[in-house]
Amino acid sequence: MNIKVLYFAALREALGTPGETLALPPGCTTLADVRALIAARGGDWEKLAQMKNLRAAINQRMAEPSSTLADGDEVAFFPPVTGG
Amino acid sequence: MSFSACVQEADFDIGAEIDTLLGERGDVGAVATFSGLVRDMNDGSGVHAMTLEHYPGMTEAALTDIIDQARARWQIMGARVVHRVGQLRPRDRIVLVIVAGAHRGEAFAACEFIMDFLKTRAPFWKREDTPDGSRWVDARESDDSAAQRWK
Repeated sequence: MNIKVLYFAALREALGTPGETLALPPGCTTLADVRALIAARGGDWEKLAQMKNLRAAINQRMAEPSSTLADGDEVAFFPPVTGG
Repeated sequence: MSFSACVQEADFDIGAEIDTLLGERGDVGAVATFSGLVRDMNDGSGVHAMTLEHYPGMTEAALTDIIDQARARWQIMGARVVHRVGQLRPRDRIVLVIVAGAHRGEAFAACEFIMDFLKTRAPFWKREDTPDGSRWVDARESDDSAAQRWK
């Protein structure tokens, strides 16, 4: 299963990339799983695990850690929003 | 009258936006507007510029969803949300919410609701340039509690 992952704002800057395409290993089915998978790379990627109040979306809608993923989904991780 | 949201770099004209929203309708008795501006001071330091980043696609969807929620709660006739992105300076307008209805109560409430939800649900992020360098603005807990009171 392949998904697209996007990073925004302070997280994008910390990781040094706006996003990537990711092939998920079997058993990696939820947002929480993907977050842990990426953070396990170590180094700057650990910020994904450390960032307090990290928010996420699936296919451009706010989602929860337990939300499940499908092939081709667009996942985004970002800090709490500060518009307005 | 319509319900619409727009994300743009350009400034907006509040009067022109209201006129466009109302069109030729003669049954509107109340128009509530909120506009947000860039301040020259935040968290104790001077701010000389600000850059607003967003998540294209999700932003428009989130704003439309927020307007739909307001329509489900109050009898309103039309609404317009405009949010700017890109580089802004102190005193620049950032955001505009207009709600039109028959009476002021519903218009005021829906306008405030849309702003409170925009603050916590729409994917925009501010980065400020200060004399000490540039920094991402932290989310405020008061924004979360402002949105919570509508639950």
